[in-house]
Amino acid sequence: MRLILNRIFLIFSTFAALVGLFFLGWILFTLCVKGLSGLSLDVFTKDLINGGLRNVIVGQMMMSGVATMIGIPVGILAGIYLQEYGGNSKTTEFIRDLSDVMMSAPSIVVGTFVYAIVVVPTGHTTGWAGVLALFILMVPIIVRTTDDMLKLVPIELREAGIAIGASKYHVTMNIVVRYAKAGILTGILLAFARVVGETAPLIYTSGSSEFWSTDLTDTFPSLTVSIYNLATMPDDNLVQLGWTGAFLLTAMVLIINLLGRYSGKKKRS
Amino acid sequence: MKNMMEVKGLTFTYSGANEASLVDVTLPVEKNKVTALIGPSGCGKSTLLRGMNRIHDLYPGHTYEGVINLLNTDGKSYTNILDIKKEAELIRLRQRVGMIFQKPTPFPMTIFENIAYGLRLSGIKNKADLKDIVEQSLRDAALWNEAKDRLDHDARGLSGGQQQRLCIARAIALKPEVILFDEPTSALDPISTLAIEEMISVLREKYSICIVTHNMQQAARISDFTGFMYLGEMIEYDQTDTIFMKPSKKQTEDYISGRFG
Repeated sequence: MRLILNRIFLIFSTFAALVGLFFLGWILFTLCVKGLSGLSLDVFTKDLINGGLRNVIVGQMMMSGVATMIGIPVGILAGIYLQEYGGNSKTTEFIRDLSDVMMSAPSIVVGTFVYAIVVVPTGHTTGWAGVLALFILMVPIIVRTTDDMLKLVPIELREAGIAIGASKYHVTMNIVVRYAKAGILTGILLAFARVVGETAPLIYTSGSSEFWSTDLTDTFPSLTVSIYNLATMPDDNLVQLGWTGAFLLTAMVLIINLLGRYSGKKKRS
Repeated sequence: MKNMMEVKGLTFTYSGANEASLVDVTLPVEKNKVTALIGPSGCGKSTLLRGMNRIHDLYPGHTYEGVINLLNTDGKSYTNILDIKKEAELIRLRQRVGMIFQKPTPFPMTIFENIAYGLRLSGIKNKADLKDIVEQSLRDAALWNEAKDRLDHDARGLSGGQQQRLCIARAIALKPEVILFDEPTSALDPISTLAIEEMISVLREKYSICIVTHNMQQAARISDFTGFMYLGEMIEYDQTDTIFMKPSKKQTEDYISGRFG
C-alpha cells in the first residue's frame, strides 16, 4: 500500500513539475522565435525614435544601476544592524517583519506611492522618481539576504575576533562581512535582477522616452515601459521591436540570475 | 609574585538566569605553569575561563561578583579586571590574555593576514616587523614548515589541526601573558591533539596557561595544577599529581575514577 501511495505521489509531482516546465519552455520558445527575428545591429545602435532600442536599454540599466548603488549601502548596513547590533529587541523584529512584508509588496503599489509623493507634487515624470521606486523595491531584498547570510557566520568567529583584541566594529567589517561576502553579493545580484525587469513601478514614475537621455531629472527612457507601449502599437514593425526588447530583457535577467547562482555555489564548495 | 592571575570568590550569573553559574570560585593561575580545569559538562569550567578575558561581555547583561586579578606588567601589583569599564581597556586586556577556542576559527583571510590582522589592530604597521613576527609566531606554533610556501593562501584551506595551530600562532603573535585554551583539541584527531599538547608544554616556558579539558588524561599529561569543578563550584584545586593520585575530596575521586560525569 505504502509503495502504491509512493508511486502515485511521484507521478503527480512529476506531472506538476512538467506542467510548470512546459509553460516556461513555451514562453522562452515564443520569445526566441519572435524576438530573435527582429534582432539586428540597429537595435543596439539606434534610439527608439529611429527604430532601435539603444536609449531604452541604457535608460533601464541606468535607473536600475543607480537604484542599486544607493540600495547596496542602505540594505547592507540595515542587514548588519539587524544581525550584529539589534539583538532580539522589538525594534529588530519589527524591521525584520517589515522587510518581509515589503519584499512581497505588489510593485504597482510602490509605483503608485512614488507617483503620489514625487510625480504629483513636481508635476512631471522623472528618472529619479523611477530610481526611487526601484530602490524601495530592492532594499528589503538586500536587507533580508544580508541578515540571513550574516546569521550563517559561526558565533565562534566573532568571539575569536574579540579575543584577539578587535573591536566590535572591526570584527563586523573585517571578519563577519568578509566571511559572508559571497552570499551578500548573490543577494545584490538577485535584487538587481528583480528590479531590472520591473514595469509597474516605472510606468507612472519615469515614464518612457523615445529619445536618448542621461538626465535623470526628466522623463527617462525605460525598456520595460517601452515594451508595454510597443506591444499595443498598430504598426507591425513596432510590435516586432517590442518582442525583441522582451527577448533581450529576458536574456539579461536570466544571465544575472545565473551569475547570482554561480557566485552562491562557489562559496559553498 | 608567582601568580599571573587570581580568581577570588567569583560568582557569575548569566543574563536572565535565576541561579548563578559560578559560585564563590577561587583559582590561581601560576606564572609559567599549566593549570587545567576539569569537571563534567555544565560544571562551569568554560564559563570561568571566558570570564578571565571578559569575553562574556560580548553579550550584555551578565553579572560578576568577586575579583579576577591580573598581574601588572611591573610584576608587583595586581589589577582587578572586573573593574574595567572602557572598551579600549577591554581590548588591551584581551591582547594580554589570549584565547583559543574548541573549534578552529581561521578568519576569512590569507594565512599571513590571519596573524597580521591582530598585530595591525595592536598598532604594528611596519611591513618588515609584521613579516618577522608572523614568521616567529608560525615557528612557535610548529606551523612554519607547512605554511611558509602558502602564506598568501586562504587559511580555510588548512587542515583542522593546522587551523588550530594557526589560531595559536595568531594568539601568541600578540605576546600575551596568559593563554586560555577552551577544549582546544576536542575537535581534532589524535595526531593533531598530540601536536597541540606538545606545543602547550613548550609554550609554558614563555606564557602562563589555563586549559579547560574534557579529557582527564590530557589534564594529567600536560598540566602542573588541576582544578576540579562541579555544579559551578571549585571542589578541589591542587598539584595535578595530588588531584589524580590522592584527591582529598570524595567527589573528585569519584569523577577521576570514572564513577560519574
